[in-house]
Amino acid sequence: MGKPKTIIEKIWDQHVVHQEDGKPDLLYIDLHLVHEVTSPQAFEGLRLKDRQVRRPDRTYATMDHNVPTIHRNVIKDEVSKTQMETLKKNCEEFNIPLADIDHPDQGIVHVIGPELGLTQPGKTIVCGDSHTSTHGAFGALAFGIGTSEVEHVLATQSLWQARPKTLNVKVNGKLGTGVTAKDLILAIIAKYGVRFGTGYVIEYTGEAIHSLSMEGRMTVCNMSIEAGARAGLISPDDTTVEFLRGKRHAPQGADFEKAAAEWKALATDEGATYDATVEINADEIEPQVSWGTNPGMVIPVSAQVPSPDDAETANEKDAINRALEYMGLEANQPISSVHIDHVFIGSCTNSRLSDLRKAADILQGNKVAPNVKAIVVPGSHSVKVAAEQEGLDVIFKQAGFEWRDAGCSMCLAMNDDVVPEGERCASTSNRNFEGRQGTGARTHLVSPEMAAAAAIEGHFVDVRKYSVPTA
Amino acid sequence: MEPIRTHKGIVYPLNRANIDTDQIIPKQFLKRISRQGFGQFLFYNWRFHNDGEPRKEFSLNDQKYKNASILVAGENFGCGSSREHAPWALQDFGFKVIIAPSFADIFYNNCTKNGILPVRLTEEQTEKLINNAESSTYSITVDLENKVVYDSEDFKATFDLPDYQREMLLNGWDEIAVTLTHDDKITQFEEQRILK
Repeated sequence: MGKPKTIIEKIWDQHVVHQEDGKPDLLYIDLHLVHEVTSPQAFEGLRLKDRQVRRPDRTYATMDHNVPTIHRNVIKDEVSKTQMETLKKNCEEFNIPLADIDHPDQGIVHVIGPELGLTQPGKTIVCGDSHTSTHGAFGALAFGIGTSEVEHVLATQSLWQARPKTLNVKVNGKLGTGVTAKDLILAIIAKYGVRFGTGYVIEYTGEAIHSLSMEGRMTVCNMSIEAGARAGLISPDDTTVEFLRGKRHAPQGADFEKAAAEWKALATDEGATYDATVEINADEIEPQVSWGTNPGMVIPVSAQVPSPDDAETANEKDAINRALEYMGLEANQPISSVHIDHVFIGSCTNSRLSDLRKAADILQGNKVAPNVKAIVVPGSHSVKVAAEQEGLDVIFKQAGFEWRDAGCSMCLAMNDDVVPEGERCASTSNRNFEGRQGTGARTHLVSPEMAAAAAIEGHFVDVRKYSVPTA
Repeated sequence: MEPIRTHKGIVYPLNRANIDTDQIIPKQFLKRISRQGFGQFLFYNWRFHNDGEPRKEFSLNDQKYKNASILVAGENFGCGSSREHAPWALQDFGFKVIIAPSFADIFYNNCTKNGILPVRLTEEQTEKLINNAESSTYSITVDLENKVVYDSEDFKATFDLPDYQREMLLNGWDEIAVTLTHDDKITQFEEQRILK
């Protein structure tokens, strides 16, 4: 028996094509996901050099960033339209499977990968999108890349990558009722900052992590990049295996059982060591709300917005001042006193069926506050159909939400779903950067449950007051 | 890509930490399908009012920095979205070197794939450069061959970057062409995996 290894080292070692002193490893890529925004220049690069796509069968494309979520086939923005048509032409030319805007499998790339069973434990997965870390929930090594790297993977199905350092984020205990995976990852980033993961691949471990559903795990891994880590993953267990059973692109029958055994064997060995470890206690975490302009500027819902006087350095003081000004908040103001204008439930962080169910549970029999405009954007067409079969759309609509078609939507507002300047949005997405949801828009990151409760009350509120004991 | 060996240029100081790629180039400009022409949108929401009028208070609009080619910023530069439009915008605007105490991983890689040199200096060193460049027009030289940054007076600092990226930048190599010399190994790897 060799030295105990982490899952990160195991997957890495299984994918090294070529190793040479003084160079990064040449790593084989099992799955390359493609969308319309970060791929056109890569395909153009191939054409200029007369290169081919090495493995179209390991490549899968969809349209998500630009797509309208209302009046689906009327794309008013000509530039967006061209970008989407370009993806279609490129996929045709290079023979790449594409879930087009009208396709039943269309959706946010990080929602459909797992849904279709393309995402599997032990795979190396890349996409020209920083939230590719989402797929790490399955015990895959998944990370975002730039367009030059997209071109490189298209041409060679490989990437030069330096072996990453490993970071164990250990979550002790259990999350309380009404406290979600979103609150957990926000609390982790609030505690350790937006760059503690830089240079590392994170493995999330501990009781609270393995108690999460696959959807919850995806929410956690999704935001690894917000902590600076290109990838974050979770060792596969029975929850992982059962999620993948029967998925279209997963192995079937006896092959599935064989694969499942291999997947579980990838889990980090007893006694394996990491380059660094941080810990957090799940039972101390409250529902969270971001107050500032990066995903580390987060506080519990019971807390007050920080003051520049709390800063330890001049730069930090400056950052707090700038964030307060941009966000239109006062120092020491209770976050629960902050009134909102918009609610967005969606994005690759929180747009899956279970997210919609939990938000609908809170909204059932309630109404969205006057002056609040609320939309729900399912992560994929399949999520939308499944939600409609359960009648979730009716609950949302009766509460006063708009029920939209699938896409990235208001998470980054590349389509028409934009938060106007100076207005405030409770959003289940992943980034509260300046201008993210629209120029001058003010974003507060929350869980779907917290977003639903804020929609009802018109301001932030501890969702636990709505929690009904599960029958 | 264009090789970069030694570059002398004017410093533009942007003393903020955690500058994310949404600030470097906002999403409304990501819809184009070419690599060119993104410089006009660099730091758009910081540089311009909604009506397109320049924001006088934003330092990059200061004539002093018109010909700047070296950007010095706070830690964790380029965090957030993987959009390569960020280095494309910086490069098209005229920046050839970015200096910061730390960079986000994806952004750092994206720079080196485009012939932009990302230089990590200590916080103390970057602060010095920022202070010098805020008070007057300030030029420095960045020498990639010897991994050193210096000015005409007493500033001198060494930096490090991985050999692989250094070679790529110095030679301006087409990385895909390099990788394709290992094509047989990739094929062999694929065959072994299928057999397994």
